[in-house]
Amino acid sequence: MLLSNLPALQVVVPLVSAPICLLLRRPGHAWACALTVSWAVLVMAVLLLRQVALEGTVSYPLGAWATPWGIEYRIDMLAALVILVIAIIGAVVMPYARRSVMQELDDEHIGAFYTCYLLCLTGLLGIVVTGDAFNLFVFLEISSLSSYVLISLGRDRRALTAAFQYLVMGTIGATFILIGVGLMYMMTGTLNMADLAQRLPAVDDTRTVRVAFAFVTVGVSIKLALFPLHIWLPNAYIYAPSVVSIFLAATATKVGVYVLLRLFFTVFGVQFSFDDMHVGDIIMWLAIAAVLTGSLVAIFQDNLKRMLAYSSVAQIGYIVLGIALATGAGVSAGIIYLFNHALIKGALFMALGGIMLRLGSVELRDLHGLLRQMPWTVAAIIAGGLSLIGVPLTAGFISKWYLVAAALEGGLWPLAFIVLASSLLTVIYVWRIVEATCFRAAGDERPGVREAPLSMLLPTWLLIALNLYIGVDAEVLTGLADTAAAALVGEALP
Amino acid sequence: MSTLLGHYNYWIVIVLMMTGFYTVIARPNLVKKIIGLFIFQTSVFILFISMAKVEGGTAPIIEEGYSLYSNPLPHVLILTAIVVGLATTALGLALVVRIQEAYGTTNEDDIHVQDETD
Repeated sequence: MLLSNLPALQVVVPLVSAPICLLLRRPGHAWACALTVSWAVLVMAVLLLRQVALEGTVSYPLGAWATPWGIEYRIDMLAALVILVIAIIGAVVMPYARRSVMQELDDEHIGAFYTCYLLCLTGLLGIVVTGDAFNLFVFLEISSLSSYVLISLGRDRRALTAAFQYLVMGTIGATFILIGVGLMYMMTGTLNMADLAQRLPAVDDTRTVRVAFAFVTVGVSIKLALFPLHIWLPNAYIYAPSVVSIFLAATATKVGVYVLLRLFFTVFGVQFSFDDMHVGDIIMWLAIAAVLTGSLVAIFQDNLKRMLAYSSVAQIGYIVLGIALATGAGVSAGIIYLFNHALIKGALFMALGGIMLRLGSVELRDLHGLLRQMPWTVAAIIAGGLSLIGVPLTAGFISKWYLVAAALEGGLWPLAFIVLASSLLTVIYVWRIVEATCFRAAGDERPGVREAPLSMLLPTWLLIALNLYIGVDAEVLTGLADTAAAALVGEALP
Repeated sequence: MSTLLGHYNYWIVIVLMMTGFYTVIARPNLVKKIIGLFIFQTSVFILFISMAKVEGGTAPIIEEGYSLYSNPLPHVLILTAIVVGLATTALGLALVVRIQEAYGTTNEDDIHVQDETD
């Protein structure tokens, strides 16, 4: 009974718990509630993935309304994988959150903080489980509105302007998606994605459908911060509370990528998206620009959070690069990259959160010689950095390996070259961190600065360990990603 | 001419959409930006309502003697979108209030100047 309702529970449990968090006035209680829910979500995500792996795509008619009319929750392998990413990050970040949030937020805001976190979690999970185009818009707005609030809770007053900028751009993006959905409904009379996929080919030679495609593509590109629509991202990541940076960096843009995949491959179909509209060529150039400018700008940043934010812009470029290839191998590489990057960026932002807790700053010049005082945190940054570069035996290597292989398979060796060249750029900015923390002598005394608390170190190292594990044994992940990609592209498994 | 006038509701949508969009981009005043954003969203509501109209159709209430109804689904969708738009506007204005408290201004250019001199 409970198992058959998993798709709905995945969304309903965090949604219902959110107001409860607000009612529990004590910060500790709200945290405990959010923690329990996050772990429950992880358990459900694992059960769902297992169910999808064993039985194939799960379809769940909400309220038992038959599918083209009612809202359908539809979970295929891709959705199950993205749910797992969100659930892992949520489950790991919550034990970490208690200390960090206690220090960075006022007591009276903590209950609201966890409420918004749970709403954001609801929205992100909802986007992934739903098989209904309009429902997707609603969940998108739930996650967006709560993330604006989360970002604005940062201590710095610039958090407010960052949240405002994100609100304006995010709303424009979501409204574009709404226009696109409306135009699609105009031509087909349906909102169910599977139903849309069947009806669109008959009308896809019309201007209305082409305009719909353009609107949703631009709208989603704003949400996933594809270059040059990424300008909201750096400030939002920098001035948000540490926990929010971790959670958004690891999940929000990844869900954007998921929506892009869903629209290009499931709703509009490979043929229309890539052969008729040539979207592959467009996003490939944008992705290359993202990879190169993101990495280049990251090199010159002195604030570590800003450095990682620009690195995120570059990493999103890599993911989109895989999608732009529109082959089974390319999409699979994109999905593997998406999964691994969530783990890497999650771990790196967690380590920065630890430094923020003890030092109150993540400026490079304040971190000189930090290795002595916070060895485990700095080691986590270095391990995460190596994974970001793509050194063998880390998850980053696996994702870059598959991406380069997919590019070569498509005969695009310049693309493979760009991936490798920009990895060298990554080496430079990771090296700047290593140099400052390990080889520079501390300028002034930092009395009282010591290792981050265990509740923050353990989650960080858990993600690093997952990184290293995938670097050694990626068979399960690549197998699942291949299945998901093959289903999207419509190819037989290699 | 008939397509031009016959689709006048779509022209209204386009004019509203561009007005709102322009206001968001060009106005430095944050309150005006939010108003522009809301006008932009409103144009989409009208787009949805327009497509629900069935020529000669009446309100979708089952009643003897009527068989042609307008499509009620877009109305329902837009009811949801209006709520979302309202929430966005409320949140945006709340942020503007906080920005006014923190910076003492709601002008984007002044805020940039203050941030850079920090």
